Amino acid sequence: MLKNRGIAFKLVLFFTLSSAIIFTLIFGYNYYVSRKTIEKNVEENARTIVTNAMNKIETVLRATQKVPENIAYFLENSSYNEKELVQLIYTVVEKNQEIYGAAIAFEPYAFKKTSQYFAPYFYKPNQWIEFKSIDKYYNYLYSDWYQIPKELKRPQWIEPYFGEGGGIIMSSYSVPFYKKVDGKRQFKGIVIVDVSLEQLRNIVSSIKVLKTGYGFLISKNGTIVTHPLKDLIMNETIFSIAEARNDTPLREIGRKMIHGESGLVPFKSITTEKMCWMYFVPIPSSGWSLAVLFPQDEMIEDITNLNKIVIFLGIFGLFLLSIAVVFIARSITEPLRGMAKATEHIGAGNLDIELPLVKTRDEVGKLSEAFNYMKASLKEYIKELTEATASKERIESELKIAHDIQMSILPKRFPPFPDRGEFDIYATIKPAKEVGGDFYDFFFIDDEHLCFVIADVSGKGVPAALFMTLTKTLIKAKATVGLTSDKIISRVNEDLCIGNDLNMFVTVFCGILNTITGEILYTNGGHNPPLLIRDKGDIAFVEGKGELVVGVMEDTTYTTESIILQPGDSLFLYTDGVTEAMNEKSELFSEERLKNEILKCRGESIQQVIECIMGEIAQFSHEVSQSDDITMMIVQFKGNKGR
Amino acid sequence: MLMNIILSLFIFVASLFLPCARAEETLKNAFFIPQWSPQAQFAGYYVAYEKGIYKKYGINLNILPGGPSSPSAEFLEKGEVDFATMWLSTAIQKRSQGLKLVNIAQIIQRSALMLIAKKARGINRPEDIDNKKVGIWGEDFKIQPTAFFRKYKLKVKVIPQSYSVNLFLRDGVDVASAMWYNEYHTILNAGLNPDELTTFFFHEHELNFPEDGIYTLEKTFKRDPALSCAFVKASIEGWLYAFSQPEEALDIVLKYMSKANVPANKVHQRWMLRRMKDLVLPVDKDRVPVGTLRLEDFMRVSNTLKEGGLIKNIPDFKSFYGECVKYAEK
Repeated sequence: MLKNRGIAFKLVLFFTLSSAIIFTLIFGYNYYVSRKTIEKNVEENARTIVTNAMNKIETVLRATQKVPENIAYFLENSSYNEKELVQLIYTVVEKNQEIYGAAIAFEPYAFKKTSQYFAPYFYKPNQWIEFKSIDKYYNYLYSDWYQIPKELKRPQWIEPYFGEGGGIIMSSYSVPFYKKVDGKRQFKGIVIVDVSLEQLRNIVSSIKVLKTGYGFLISKNGTIVTHPLKDLIMNETIFSIAEARNDTPLREIGRKMIHGESGLVPFKSITTEKMCWMYFVPIPSSGWSLAVLFPQDEMIEDITNLNKIVIFLGIFGLFLLSIAVVFIARSITEPLRGMAKATEHIGAGNLDIELPLVKTRDEVGKLSEAFNYMKASLKEYIKELTEATASKERIESELKIAHDIQMSILPKRFPPFPDRGEFDIYATIKPAKEVGGDFYDFFFIDDEHLCFVIADVSGKGVPAALFMTLTKTLIKAKATVGLTSDKIISRVNEDLCIGNDLNMFVTVFCGILNTITGEILYTNGGHNPPLLIRDKGDIAFVEGKGELVVGVMEDTTYTTESIILQPGDSLFLYTDGVTEAMNEKSELFSEERLKNEILKCRGESIQQVIECIMGEIAQFSHEVSQSDDITMMIVQFKGNKGR
Repeated sequence: MLMNIILSLFIFVASLFLPCARAEETLKNAFFIPQWSPQAQFAGYYVAYEKGIYKKYGINLNILPGGPSSPSAEFLEKGEVDFATMWLSTAIQKRSQGLKLVNIAQIIQRSALMLIAKKARGINRPEDIDNKKVGIWGEDFKIQPTAFFRKYKLKVKVIPQSYSVNLFLRDGVDVASAMWYNEYHTILNAGLNPDELTTFFFHEHELNFPEDGIYTLEKTFKRDPALSCAFVKASIEGWLYAFSQPEEALDIVLKYMSKANVPANKVHQRWMLRRMKDLVLPVDKDRVPVGTLRLEDFMRVSNTLKEGGLIKNIPDFKSFYGECVKYAEK
């Protein structure tokens, strides 16, 4: 399919395609590497942000822890009365800005034998410090803040809760204190301070990552303590969110968080539903967990934007490239197409067509030049050819005229002597070229004697034809009454030898038939021996002495021989064009074949015999063009029968 | 599916029994208090109220907010309400102490009270609880655990348990008390997985104390049994509606919770409502109509109470149980 498309299409396809592949590879690799780099940077950044926030929170919590821990130490190692104790709590609340309230709660009867509960509490609901006895409000013994550190025998941060009046999230740090009784450390009560988590909330909410990234804090139970979504705070745990979202991986993350692990996990933001990275670390002192979310798309926003531009530029570039390729391809194909069209015209013979103008000096330019040169040469050649053809045509027409003349000088009316029934004569000639060197002739010398000649001039064409005409004219002129054939040939020979600078010659068989007796006196000047066809049956070549061809040696002497024809006998004369006719295998027609063919054709009229032999030669040579003149003549003696 | 068909059939049949002349009658005023603050544990009543089912049954109901500071039995005793929910064990004790109250419907058929332990602390069977610290709630919540320990001959260190499960979560106790529909889910949503917990459901240890039932004073019931039973029917219809339309019911419950300023968590309430369905309509072999109090349940609770020395005499079942379900069906 591609094969049939134009060069421009292929160029555009291959260039654009390969450029697109290269571009995609470079782009993909660049995207991958830059994304990895950014993610790595962001992760490091995340670690720093989260660790910083965690450290700040930790500092706040540890500072708070010190206060009840010191009180507990004091209670364990000093003696005190109620007044001192109350004063101590008051001072703590007064002096420590970050502490909302503080209490010391005793085990039943542990402070005073007379009262079961003792739990003085100072707190700052407003700018004034107020006092209350916790036991007046509820049985503190079963409160988390009391029970948990008591049972665990170690200080504890209590699960965050909404402070009185609501709104503000608080937590408490409870420290158990003991007293040595009879060498045994006995649990006596709890020191507790309440702190607002406002400060922590500020730390966490000040975490701003990218555009929508945020931090949140969860308690040891997974309760959301701070979060941009207010509804979640204290109302949901990370696990209830996981349950609501049917998000098992989130539950697993939550479990890791409350188990004090840290990690970086993919996480779908609760607020924006965007995919984020969540980095979480534990707050060591309280067992809470701080998490920070990094929206993934925002992390790579810069490279995403860059990529959009790069892709746009890439596509735009490919588009420009395609246009450029089309342009270049056009600059090649346009002249080519023009040349192809022009070539068609040239092929059709219109050599005057203007070739498209190509100004460039590149291959196309050279090709165009070559075309122009070719066109000019072709034009020149054709001009020459036309002239040559014209002159050849002229020569040919002249040759045709020559041929006509040549043919006209040969007797062609058969039977030539309708009133002479004692013999019959028939001849035919088929020249190889327009004019040939063979000829035949017959004429009466006197009333009884018929002279007949067959001859073959050396060479072909016009010279041979002229020589032949000369020879024919000479023979006819020399053959006078009383002269024998040897004398005729000798005289012709003498005349021909004069001025024969071209050394042309002729083979001549000249016979004189006595129409009464049937005797033929003949002279064979180097010609093919004729075939004597006896009416009784046998056929034989008339083998003579083999005398020299005519026109070569001036003083050659020729002899006359004699054969006698019985009525019905014939003499078959021919030139070497018959026996030397060739077929495709370069085989000659040969005397043998001639003899056989005559045997086959015998019994017909002499004209039919010659036509039959002519047909056989044509069949034999088939496609091979005729190389020599073919001339045949039969002289048949009929004697009295004819009269 | 089958349940839904039954429910809709029930509602359809119930509507057939409605007297057509209802609209002309004046609605009877009645007051009701659930034994705790609003949550899905009482979804049926709030839904019946919101969907106008009480009105449909001729009652102009007022629901008082329940809670720890408003014990429903006291409200009933003082005549501040006509109807109240309370545990069967509470009611039997009250009756035995002389308060003439009547169970007109036993809504919860199965006890949701349970003990929970962490497998990580080596507790897998009741015997493993021996010598362990067990968080126990006070009053009627400790009847079943006490009987459980007696049954398995366990000596435990009882730690009074507050409303939170934080002590358990932080391993301050080895075993905690929990309601299946409440604290159990709180524990799950504090990050413990069910497979990390060993649960002891009392109903699986032959200590099934059907919990929430609807009670009225005997005199109220005798004066106007039709009102009591209309209340029961309307309440049950409310329950069945809540089970068939849980999300709508949840929204109603959350509305009441927010009204009462109780922290509300939808996921938690959804869990609670689903568990209520399990408890109200348990998939039992011998199922009874919703709201039926079975004699064997009554006797089991009474006997356990007597064994524990909480009552001296077992009240008479016939006078204790108002059998509104049957009445309603007639």
